[in-house]
Amino acid sequence: MIRIRKMEDMTPDDYRSIGLRSGLEIHQQLDTEKKLFCRCPVKQYSEDFHAQILRHMRPTLSELGEYDGTALMEFKTKKEIIYQIHKDTVCTYEIDDTPPFELNSQALDIALEITMLLNCKLVSELHIARKQYLDGSIPAGFQRTTILGVDGWIPYRNRRIGIVQLGLEEDSCREVSDLGHRRVYKTDRLGIPLVEPVTRPDMFTPSEVAEVAQQIRWLTRSSGKVRRGIGAARQDVNVSVEGGCRVEIKGVSRIPSIPLLVHNEAFRQVSLLEIKNELKRRDITESSFKSTSSDITGILGETQYHYAADAIRKGLEIRAVVLKGYREILSTVTQPGHTFAGEISDRVRVIACIDSLPNIAYSDMQDDSFSCAEWERIMKSAGASENDEVVIIWGGAQDLDTAANEIAIRAREALNGVCNETRQSLPDGTNRFERILPGPNRMYPDTDLPPIAITDEHMKRISSSLPERPWDRKARYLKAGVPEESAHKMSISTLGSLFDRATIETPYSSRSLAHFFLSALSHLKKNIPNLEDGFLISTLMKTGKRKLPLEAASYVLENTCGPDRKEAVPAVGEITMVDIKTLQNSVRTFLPMLDESGIEKDVFKRFIIGEIRKKFGGLIVGKDLSVLIDRMLKGKKR
Amino acid sequence: MASDLYKGYRGNALACLKKFKAGVWSEVDIDSTRGEFKGIILPRSETADAEHIVIKLHNGYNIGLAVHTIVSITVLGRKEAHYKIPEKEFPIDPSKSNVKLLGTGGTIASRLDYRTGAVIPAFSPGELYGSVPELADICNLETEKLYGVFSENMGPDQWKGLAEAIGREIRNGIDGIVVGHGTDTMHHTAAILSFMVQDSPVPIVMVGSQRSSDRPSSDAAINLINATRTAADSDFAEVMVCMFGPTSDQYGLLHRGTRVRKMHSSYRSAFRTIGDIPLAMVEKDRFIPLREDYKRRRKDRNVRINTSFDDRVSIVYYYPNMKPDIIESLIDNGYKGIVIAGTGLGHVNKLLYPALEKARDKGVHVYMTVQTLWGYVQMYVYDTGRDMMDLGVIPASNMLPEVAYMKLCWALGQNHDRDEVKKIMLTPFAGEITEREPHNGYLIYQGGIPEVEEFISKYNR
Repeated sequence: MIRIRKMEDMTPDDYRSIGLRSGLEIHQQLDTEKKLFCRCPVKQYSEDFHAQILRHMRPTLSELGEYDGTALMEFKTKKEIIYQIHKDTVCTYEIDDTPPFELNSQALDIALEITMLLNCKLVSELHIARKQYLDGSIPAGFQRTTILGVDGWIPYRNRRIGIVQLGLEEDSCREVSDLGHRRVYKTDRLGIPLVEPVTRPDMFTPSEVAEVAQQIRWLTRSSGKVRRGIGAARQDVNVSVEGGCRVEIKGVSRIPSIPLLVHNEAFRQVSLLEIKNELKRRDITESSFKSTSSDITGILGETQYHYAADAIRKGLEIRAVVLKGYREILSTVTQPGHTFAGEISDRVRVIACIDSLPNIAYSDMQDDSFSCAEWERIMKSAGASENDEVVIIWGGAQDLDTAANEIAIRAREALNGVCNETRQSLPDGTNRFERILPGPNRMYPDTDLPPIAITDEHMKRISSSLPERPWDRKARYLKAGVPEESAHKMSISTLGSLFDRATIETPYSSRSLAHFFLSALSHLKKNIPNLEDGFLISTLMKTGKRKLPLEAASYVLENTCGPDRKEAVPAVGEITMVDIKTLQNSVRTFLPMLDESGIEKDVFKRFIIGEIRKKFGGLIVGKDLSVLIDRMLKGKKR
Repeated sequence: MASDLYKGYRGNALACLKKFKAGVWSEVDIDSTRGEFKGIILPRSETADAEHIVIKLHNGYNIGLAVHTIVSITVLGRKEAHYKIPEKEFPIDPSKSNVKLLGTGGTIASRLDYRTGAVIPAFSPGELYGSVPELADICNLETEKLYGVFSENMGPDQWKGLAEAIGREIRNGIDGIVVGHGTDTMHHTAAILSFMVQDSPVPIVMVGSQRSSDRPSSDAAINLINATRTAADSDFAEVMVCMFGPTSDQYGLLHRGTRVRKMHSSYRSAFRTIGDIPLAMVEKDRFIPLREDYKRRRKDRNVRINTSFDDRVSIVYYYPNMKPDIIESLIDNGYKGIVIAGTGLGHVNKLLYPALEKARDKGVHVYMTVQTLWGYVQMYVYDTGRDMMDLGVIPASNMLPEVAYMKLCWALGQNHDRDEVKKIMLTPFAGEITEREPHNGYLIYQGGIPEVEEFISKYNR
């Protein structure tokens, strides 16, 4: 039987043996003033709203004349969609009562830049497409989206991760609630421009997925023109294992949560494949699969099972769905804390909108449900044998029709192992069904907007000011002698270009400047928010000319424009660093305290450095002092 | 056919495709200076430029490649798309009413047109049933495509043909008629049908959609369902427009054909009754009449069709400093009727007086309506109004300008005698002139006012 293993026990080879492959779709909002297809400002999200409107969605045909599976699924749910509208962030475009305005050119330029950074091949003419979303997350029922480039790559360790495509599209609504047949959305996020790079499934372990996500996030940020903060970047993670198929985990906003999600999904697929094999062993096939459904409300009048009794009290129906030969399949574990019954319950919740949990009971469930006598009555009434599984559902008649149908559909799908699904990530690293995975059938050309040519001149204008890619930047820093960790940090720092300027215009080495930028300067920037780049560089030039250490520059900056600035600003020409002798004497005064206090040497050292810095106003060479203290503490206990 | 093989392509793009023998629907590998691209060559919109080739990528997205970047095209195969609405036979139920849907064009049901990149209508009962299966719960539906034109291209021939088709269907015993129509001039057609079709015993319901049916948020299905139910089951035997009511997806409104106007270029709820309140609301399971004075459904078949029409009529939308040559050019070009949409209570400047006098002397019939749309013409209040009446300008009460235009065409089609025409014009046939404007007709509340904001935040309307 299936054994779900813990992530910490797994090696890369273990993942290889189950054939794990994973890819990413990263949704990154662009930092524009206005939305993508209308002139609404991009503003902070807000919880209050000024109007609500209600809409329903219907599936439509794709360009190739087919209905999309997701679209039909959403139609079955018969949802009422409510949009909450804030007057500052929504106009008649977002609610689909006005045709689109021309594509935001600021967004296009940023997106082109990111497309180039991802080494994609650029298209010459943009065709706006409508990507259908019947869940209501976009009032038009589709998202306007377009492809800017295909077939790109980014370096990762010693290989390349392929980029399938880069899309530019409008963001969707934020879901507020989804109860029963009513789903509520906020519309402030709707229409914000975002880019969506899609990688190939080139990652083979859970941690690789997170690392690549991080790499792409750094890359998009290096443009300096993307939005940051909660929800400004969201990942969809695609996972499959050998014999399984692509499952998409939607909207993961925190990169550190990716590995566990990937791991759990991989094992969910392994479990589903095991169920498939088990059903095969039982000789159940597509054609021999059988399920029946019957109303059993009448035989449960006296039941003590709380949920069923409650349903009867409310005048609802109770129905039994028999899955022939499925005994113990529902109690098979699929993820930590979840069984295959959860997959069934999910479909009942999402598609039949019976969303008060638990929404099913089943014949081999462990938790308390009906009494043994009641189960016997149910089995008999429903015509089930001991080899069968019986699923009990309760609700309104119409919803139960949908639910019974969906239970049979999901049970039958188990014969094929893994289904193409979009799944929702849960805080504990597991996931649950959200909808059927949409296919290319949901694409439709947007007849409201003409194609937009991307001319060679346009491309040149963007490529001439393309920022350096973080990995290229890092390689350059390493070559200039910056240590690995600092080179990495500097390559993704917002201070990158200022650092580059300092390395050219001041006499300091890249190595010491990197240290200064990553430690002292970020501290200074915090204390002196309006520190001007020009002043910083000129100070570094002056102190450098006098061959003073960088600590002298910090001293000047802090005393010139910091919160504790002195009235008489010290001229760089008059600065002298505290000499070693003085430092030595000063350290010596602290030494007896080590014996008295009994604290750790390291802690003690930090304490001394702090005190001496205070005493001499920072005019000390940190490295010299550190070496000096180490030498003087040598031989001391602790 | 060569034109089909390279559908929509011309100039450099066509030459490039011919060079590599790559027709539309070819599965191709394209090597370009911007890299290699794989996909299916799609037909190109004829209005798009001649410098790009469109391909559909395997992920469903379309992209364009500039011809000057293309190095070579390798054809790998062919995959032609057949866009088709699933067609299902419309079921017949003898207990249900028989409804005829007459099509004139518009986007009530539509499919993609590769030639123009726009949508074209799809229409047969099977196609409609395939896309709006709810219709089968309402009635037995027959359809007939009279015309396939955008509504701006409707004209006298189509109006007459439509009126005659309606007359024929009524005499043949139909229980209700739905007219599918583009929305831009739906109110013009509704007005002329109100005059051409007199005393209909059954509902005649015009319907269209503001969002084409190829989008999930389309209002096409709900409008069509509401219109068909009105035609099948309602008691309103008039020419009506049935369109989306409020901003939300809640109910349809039935507007009298002579009082309705499209008031927004794109909103779903663009259609409003002007100068009055609508006839009724159409909800999922009921009709809510908003007034009592409608004509009831009858069993007889005594409809009168009068398709008289003289198209030598124009509307003049008056603006300050209008010069008399505007009026004079109409007279000189042989126009027989002029409907003026005047300012305020129905005024034009003094500069036009000689031209109006000339019109009267030449036997041109001049009627005054108001460009405020709401309210009555009242030419006694100011001297200028009296002066104009002396010049032969006849106040058209609270007829909407487009309605007055249609009615004057219809009247002049029957008679040219000044008094006879005047009698026809000022006798209400279908609510085009009302004796009173109800106090709750003109309720154009403005956003931002606290009580209005309170309403829209509380109700999903």
